[in-house]
Amino acid sequence: MSAEQTTAKAVEEQDDRSVLRQIAESSGLVVALAVVASIVIGAILVVLASPEVEEALGYFFSRPADTFAAAWEAITGAYTAMFRGSVWNYNGDTFVQQFRPLTESLTMATPLIFAGLGLGIGFRAGLFNIGAQGQIIMGAMIGGWVGFAWDLPWGLHLIVAIIASVLGGALWGFIPGILKAKAGAHEVIVTIMLNYVAANLIAYALSTDAFQLEGSDNPKSPPIAETAQYPLILGDSFRLNLSFLLAIAAAFGVWWLMERSTWGFRFRAVGANARAARTAGMNVPLSIIGVMTIAGALSGFAGSSQILGTESSGLTAGVAGSFGFDAITVALLGRSRPLGTVMAAILFGGFKASGPALQVQAGLPVDIVLVIQSLIVLFIAAPPLVRFLFRLPAPSREKVVAA
Amino acid sequence: MTATLTEAPQAQPAVDIEVARSWRTPIILGVVGLIAFVLFGLMTEGGGATTTFVLSRPNDLFTIPAITVPAQATAIALTVIAIALAGVSAWGVQNRRKIGMWLPTVYGIALVLAVLVWAGAGRTATSIQLTGLLIGTVVLATPLVFGSLAGTLCERSGIVNIAIEGQLLAGAFLAALVAGAVSSSTGSDSFGAYVGLVAAPIAGALVGAALSLFAVRYWVDQIVVGVVLNVLVVGLTSFFFGTLMRENPELNRAIGLPDLPIPVLSRIPVIGPVLFDQNMLVYLMYAIVIVLNIMLFKSRWGLRVRSVGEHPKAADTVGIKVNRTRVRNTILGGAVAGLGGAFFTVASGLAFNKEMTGGKGYIALAAMILGRWSPKGALAAALLFGFADSLREQFGIIGTSIPSQFLAMLPYLATIFAVAGLVGHVRPPAAENIPYKK
Repeated sequence: MSAEQTTAKAVEEQDDRSVLRQIAESSGLVVALAVVASIVIGAILVVLASPEVEEALGYFFSRPADTFAAAWEAITGAYTAMFRGSVWNYNGDTFVQQFRPLTESLTMATPLIFAGLGLGIGFRAGLFNIGAQGQIIMGAMIGGWVGFAWDLPWGLHLIVAIIASVLGGALWGFIPGILKAKAGAHEVIVTIMLNYVAANLIAYALSTDAFQLEGSDNPKSPPIAETAQYPLILGDSFRLNLSFLLAIAAAFGVWWLMERSTWGFRFRAVGANARAARTAGMNVPLSIIGVMTIAGALSGFAGSSQILGTESSGLTAGVAGSFGFDAITVALLGRSRPLGTVMAAILFGGFKASGPALQVQAGLPVDIVLVIQSLIVLFIAAPPLVRFLFRLPAPSREKVVAA
Repeated sequence: MTATLTEAPQAQPAVDIEVARSWRTPIILGVVGLIAFVLFGLMTEGGGATTTFVLSRPNDLFTIPAITVPAQATAIALTVIAIALAGVSAWGVQNRRKIGMWLPTVYGIALVLAVLVWAGAGRTATSIQLTGLLIGTVVLATPLVFGSLAGTLCERSGIVNIAIEGQLLAGAFLAALVAGAVSSSTGSDSFGAYVGLVAAPIAGALVGAALSLFAVRYWVDQIVVGVVLNVLVVGLTSFFFGTLMRENPELNRAIGLPDLPIPVLSRIPVIGPVLFDQNMLVYLMYAIVIVLNIMLFKSRWGLRVRSVGEHPKAADTVGIKVNRTRVRNTILGGAVAGLGGAFFTVASGLAFNKEMTGGKGYIALAAMILGRWSPKGALAAALLFGFADSLREQFGIIGTSIPSQFLAMLPYLATIFAVAGLVGHVRPPAAENIPYKK
């Protein structure tokens, strides 16, 4: 048996175990209970923050029922607002109004899917890439520039703008990749630093005449030409656009790359044991560069879904929002697997979409969404804790947890 | 076989032979030096333009006169020195001589001075406040020092601490909250600020405890826990900022620690205002850096911690409680970072604001790696970042032709150069991010 075959077997075995592991630990019950526990803790926060509850507490001993009623009202108010903001607005008058929240969730999920897929590839190759934020910014900046400054026919313009976005992101992934491969520079440091460089670069670009709307001094670019915008896929009433379908296709592509192609096999082997991969004759530096560049390209796609889709009214410094950082949590929650990443991205997209409703209808800071999100990830990562909280019996294969 | 090859083993110890020459450092130093020569040497305003450096402050013991230099000549001389140093570095590589850290240090100082001369050239109204620049360096480095010390403490015991950002933020939040509550009930602002300073490490330690709970007890990937804890702390602090603090404004006021100038020492020119005219938090920082550096590398405790981080099984075999050590270190590290968080609120005299740490925890993480997991190195790296930040502020004051965004980029670009060109491959503690299972 050659060295390559041995490594192949080792990687296969490791993956077999992790599949079993996944089934054992992300049993539906634990996931559901993790969500329940997070929602309960969120509810406690809502009650703590509610002025009505505080008021009722003032006369708790004369009319205790008032306190509980106020608490219940605060909790249901918050969570129904979240549901109406992200899934189904049952108060809506028309079907469009009722259906819109779900499409908003998917719209919000799109950049998270792209960037999360890219980060997931990195995690499986043993690279902790924090640079999605900068890669999204670069993708949006370059793609956006092609979108508003170039004049191309319908169809071609969109394709060229997407390619520009992808190249911009890929460049921002390639830099830490080659520095890691050739100079041993720690990818965590370089990607963090490149995030700041990108943020400053877009701020600078938006202060130049090339990016500003003519006759305006605002740090905002002209709107993206209609020929370069992603077409809406559910008609004009919804913001959901073609990039969502591209994201799903990208998930299939990443699955094929990681599970079926030689390159993906190399990436996984490098992640499992770089030394063994080198012994087996694999080009480790090239794999590192490849992983980072592909991750950057996917984040560039995320940038395109922002600037050529939801943010097409013009490029601003906030074009990437916090998607780059949220995508880290998404990839981690999705266990770096394409299907998991898509599901996690849709869940987080829903949370993001519910923010405005939470603020307007329940009068709560949107930040509570962050608390619930992070608690869910923590609980899902630690099934024994969830079992302990709910007094469930431990399964025979207990305590096998990893990213 | 050539003559050099046969001779080499006799003349030199055997170690030197296998090492391939790496020209990366001299090339990077040379290229940057040349760029600086063109940008800041040749482009500096000539024709009798001068740059003035001010060193003394009004209440110093004695006054150092301001230094005025001819701008262009000085800038050219400084950049030529930098290029010469790149040459020395190349000579070292050619002859396989190891050149110490003095070379990049002197190189950096020469370039920075060249940039300062360039920026201050021909300005009669303003001068370069060197002392102010250094004061800013120490102040801006403070949270980074605490953060990277926290990271060092945790990682030396084998726990990756990505949650530094969250620990800083939690410390900042609790310090402001407690300072507000205590000062409004006792009526003394500075007393409140000190109580807030005591409260800050508790918040950080709580985050550290959560990290160790998930990492040690539930064996969750430490990077996952760290990232998620950061989000959790942002969520919690922003939530209470938007509810509790908004409804009770007295709980979040701008309360500052008083400055504590050390008598006599604080009046020494340059050194005094920079080192000895600070608040309590900065003095604590000096103490903690010194104590940790000695403890980690010279004490029994330090040896145990490092052995747990490098080879937990061996440590366990000789009777060291691996997981207990890790939990303690993680909580202690969290407390150190939490204390650093107080910088943002009570030590700066500011009220708490959403996400006010602004990614400093991640910079601290970079400082920890750049400092190679040692308190001394963490201090040096943090001061480097602090200096870059301070330089940007100074440039903002005197105004230059460089767009401000590029100045803001400078510290980050310098870091990338440093890790890619000078530091290269670093080796973290071996048992990092591997749960210890008996």
